[in-house]
Parts: sequence; C-alpha cells; structure tokens
Amino acid sequence: MWRVFRKEFGETLRDRRSLIATLVLGPLLMPAVIGVVLSLAIRHGGAPSDRPITLEVAHAQRAPRLVAFLRQYGVRIEPVRADRDQARRRVERSHGPLLYVPRDFGARLAAGQPAPLRLYADESNRTVQAHVQRLGALIAMYGGAIARLRLVARGLDPQLLAPIALHPIDISTPQSRAALVLGMLSYAILFTMLMSGLYIAIDTTAGERERGSLEPLLTMPVKREQLVYGKMLAACAVMGVSLVLTVGAFSFALRHIGLDRLGMSVNFGPGVAAGIVLGCLPLIPVGAALMTLVASYTRSYREAQTYVGLVLLVPTLPLIFANILGLRPRPALMAVPSLSQHFIIMSLLRAQPLPRLDIAISVTVTLALGVVLMILAGRLYRREKLLG
Amino acid sequence: MIEAQGLIKRFGALTAVGGVTLRAADGRITGLLGPNGAGKSTTLRMLYTVLAPDGGEAWIDGISVLGEPLEARRHMGVLPHGAGLYPNLTARENIEYFGALQGLARRVRRARAAELIRRLEMDAFADRLAKGFSQGQRVKTALARSLVHQPRNVLLDEPTNGLDVMAVRTLRRILAELRSEGHCILFSSHVMQEVAALCDEVIVIAGGTVVVQATPEELKVRAGTSSLEEAFVRLVGLEHEGTSA
Repeated sequence: MWRVFRKEFGETLRDRRSLIATLVLGPLLMPAVIGVVLSLAIRHGGAPSDRPITLEVAHAQRAPRLVAFLRQYGVRIEPVRADRDQARRRVERSHGPLLYVPRDFGARLAAGQPAPLRLYADESNRTVQAHVQRLGALIAMYGGAIARLRLVARGLDPQLLAPIALHPIDISTPQSRAALVLGMLSYAILFTMLMSGLYIAIDTTAGERERGSLEPLLTMPVKREQLVYGKMLAACAVMGVSLVLTVGAFSFALRHIGLDRLGMSVNFGPGVAAGIVLGCLPLIPVGAALMTLVASYTRSYREAQTYVGLVLLVPTLPLIFANILGLRPRPALMAVPSLSQHFIIMSLLRAQPLPRLDIAISVTVTLALGVVLMILAGRLYRREKLLG
Repeated sequence: MIEAQGLIKRFGALTAVGGVTLRAADGRITGLLGPNGAGKSTTLRMLYTVLAPDGGEAWIDGISVLGEPLEARRHMGVLPHGAGLYPNLTARENIEYFGALQGLARRVRRARAAELIRRLEMDAFADRLAKGFSQGQRVKTALARSLVHQPRNVLLDEPTNGLDVMAVRTLRRILAELRSEGHCILFSSHVMQEVAALCDEVIVIAGGTVVVQATPEELKVRAGTSSLEEAFVRLVGLEHEGTSA
C-alpha cells in the first residue's frame, strides 16, 4: 500500500501539467482572484467618512454662522456664484453636493420661522449619497442647537424636544462584518481542495484501465484493496498539500489587501489558517473515496472527468443551502460533512469559537464516512467488471 | 508448470470459455493458437487470476489460482494484452515499481531492473519517461517488468502484436533463452508463423474449447498436411462442424 502511495504521489509530482492544474491553478489562482476583487471593492466602495466633504455653497454670505459651523466639522466650503438654475446644472455635471442659500434664509431664521435651504446632489453616486447623509445630519445638528437656544430663551426645558432617546447599539464586530463578505471563502477552500484530488482519483480506475496498466497491476501479488487504498492515500496527500497552499495563499492575500479599510478586520493569521487546515482535513478522505467510487463506474477517462466533476458539486451543495437558509451551527448540522467544515471555517474567521462537542461531531462523523467510503471503494475494485 | 482443468467462463449468456484443459511444461514454449474470439485471452486471464472462472480449476507450479491467488501471482510473470505503462515514470522506474509490488527489496529490484535493461537491449531509452515510447519499447519495458521477480512461469497475451521485425526477433531470442533456463512459457497468438517459429507445443483453441494439444509436427501429421497453417484451418474447421452438428 505504501509503495503504491509513494509511486502515485511521486508520479503526480512529476507530471508538470497536472501539477500545475492541481496545485498552482486552484490553490493560488483562486485566492489571487478573490483578493483582487476584494481590493477593487475596497478602493471603490471605500469608506467615504474618512474623506473630507467638499461642499459648494451658493450665497454663503446669507448664512455665515451655518457655514462656520460646517467648517468646524471638517466640511470644506467652496463658495460659488449661482442662481437656482445654474446650481442645478452645475450639480448635473459635478454630482454635487451644492448648498443653495435662498434670499429669505436670514429673515425667516430671525423671525423664528422654518428657514429654507436647498441641497443639490446626485444621489445615484454612492459617495455623494454618503456625503448628503452626513451633511443632513450636520445641518440637523445645527438646527437642533438653534431650537434648544430658542426654548431656553422662552424659559422652557430644551429636553422637551427630545421625547425619545434612541441608542442604536451595533454589535457587529469587525470580524463578523468581514465574514459576510468572505462567505465565499469556505466554498473556495473546500472546492479547491476536492478538485486537486480529481486527477489521481480518476487515474486509479478509469485512467489505469484506459492506458492498459490496470491488468498488469492486478497480476501483482498485492490485494486489490491495497492498491486502491494506496492510490486514495496519494490522492489524500495531494489534497492535503493543496489545502495547505490554498489556505496559506488566502491568509496572505487577505492580510495584504487592507480589509480594515472596509471596516472589517480579517481574523486570518497563521493560527486561524492552521485551524482551518485541521478542520478541513477530515473531509479529505471523504472526497478521495467518493471520487474514486464514481470513477470506477465510468468507462473512460473523459466520462470519469464529467461524472466526478458533477460529484464535486455534491459536497458543496450544503454550503449553498446554508447560505440561502442562513443556517447556524447546531450539533445535528455538524454531522453533515462539508457543511460542518464550512461552519468551522466561518467560526474561525469570525473569531466565534464553536463548542468542542460540535467540532468533535464534525471530525468523527466526517472521518467515519471517509473510512466507510474507502472500504466501499476497495470492495468495488474487486469487481471483475472493473477491467471493462 | 501451468495446468488447467475444465476452465469455464461465461459473460452473461455468452460462454467465452467452455471447459479448457491444458498443460504447459517447464523448459518448453507452449503456444495458445486460435482465431480471434476463440477464448485465448479469457483463458489466460483466468490463469493469471484477473478473472475468476465460473468452473474448473488451474494451478501454477501446483499452487491453486483460486485458493491462493496471491501466491500463484508470485510464481508468474504476465505480459497482458496492450502492455500499458505509467507515462510519467521512466522505463527503469516502471520496472522497479513492479519489483516493489512484488515485494523485492530496494537493492534487489535495482539490480534486477539493470540486468533486464541490459538483457533486453533497452539502454537507449531506459531512463526516458514512458510517455513517447514506441510499441516495441513499450513491449520490452512491459516484458522486463513482468520478469523482474524472476518468475518460473511466463504468460504472454499476443506479445508480438504491433511489433516490427527487429523487436519480434529480440522477443523470440528472449523467450528461447528463458526456455533454456527452464522456464515455462505460455503465450497466445493468432499468427501462424509465430507459433511455428517458436513453439515446442501448440494448443489449438476454438469456440472456447481446446481442439488439440500437440507439437507442431504432430499437428501436421494429424491434419494430414505439410503446412501448419493448413493444419490449423482444418482443425478449427472440423471443430466448428463438430459443434454445429
């Protein structure tokens, strides 16, 4: 068994094309692509609150105190000369925002009547939209201050204006916000890992048969199960290497694209990476055995590729359901291979540790299923029809 | 020594081999001769334990292929039809891998591989990857691979298929050498000249049964003709008439 393992592993390492396909394309390309996509998202959807707002103001001299107040809060004021129509046209080009102070602003304010202000902006632009929200809050703040002063001047308690005190408490930690975006991460890791075992798994039956090396192999004084076990072990080893590479590459990529600028901190240091690798390891035998099983029913290499490719989707289905249904880890769900690995990955990324029992269930059930499938694959290898 | 007693193999409704009894002795080359589809390959496959017979029994050096298939496999070298190699291993590694599967120690299989490479004149391509091998190179590698554990019995399924004259001659020389060393050689062929040139004994097989086992000379006498080909055609023809009657 070990000899078969060593030969298969060595042979795979030697075949440059399949090596590139299994170990470079998947594990390195996928993190690179996701990294680039995320860093683009960061650059373009980046947090606008960091940047100062530039506000064009028409007739700023009509509201000097408001302008001073806004300046105080970091708004860069650019006085412009424009009437209403000009202001509108200007914003159509520049997206705004532009604050237009009408002629009667000062007079109405002094008279204690609602003083009008016009804020032009193209809110289809997300940056402008965010700026408008902040400007609105600032101006409301200014108005609130004036209102309180008026009440005090009339001998009333300013608290009358605040019948309700709402305190929104955001419990999302930076990690959990990141995990939302990184929901696809566990999918990518598991899929790449399974994918890398494809070559050997197919080779074990369909490949050996097609190139005519199966029959001589079966004349060796080695039990057929031993041959399959050796080959599945080699597939497991390749998948293991691929898993380590993938997780390592993701860890590197995500720590270097500055997710904190999205207001997320990615919990993906070496410790978490190691945890993810360990959590996913039990799934490897399941994948190897499942692919070998399916490949042994096919007639040719190509047919095997098609079917095994389809089978690869099976372990990833629970992940999709989990995302759609918003499933949370439960002991019963931890008994589902691949879903439980997904939960483990997510819990590590979110820095929300799972109960030990859940992890124990995941590891035990997945490993047990792997062993059962491997024995089944060994049994199938004894069939005569295998020769085709 | 290879013996078979009443071997039967059915594939669904089709009886591929219907009771083959034969004996191939040590120090002799025995040819399994028959038209396409006569059951030669199926018979060999049962002998080298890849197929399980539906009836009958066979022995390699007295070891039952049904009772102790692993032990029986240690006593034979097999060159199956097609001779597939591992494309990403060199010829030498292909040979050594099978040595490893036969349970040979590293040093022993190294030495054996080197010796076979010399003997089969494979030096020119021994350390190249098997990917681009010609049919001749492939058969030589596969033959070396089947001899790495120095089996007493050698079974070859249509070994000369697709070989050029030079490769065929090397193969013949090797088989003759093995015979003089006392090995038992059983090979199948549908090529008359092949059998005539090599065999000490011919087993004619047709319709899944043995028509006759004899030396080439005896065959000619029995069929009443001086040409082996003619003898073959007559024997096979007789058998067919016999079954249809």
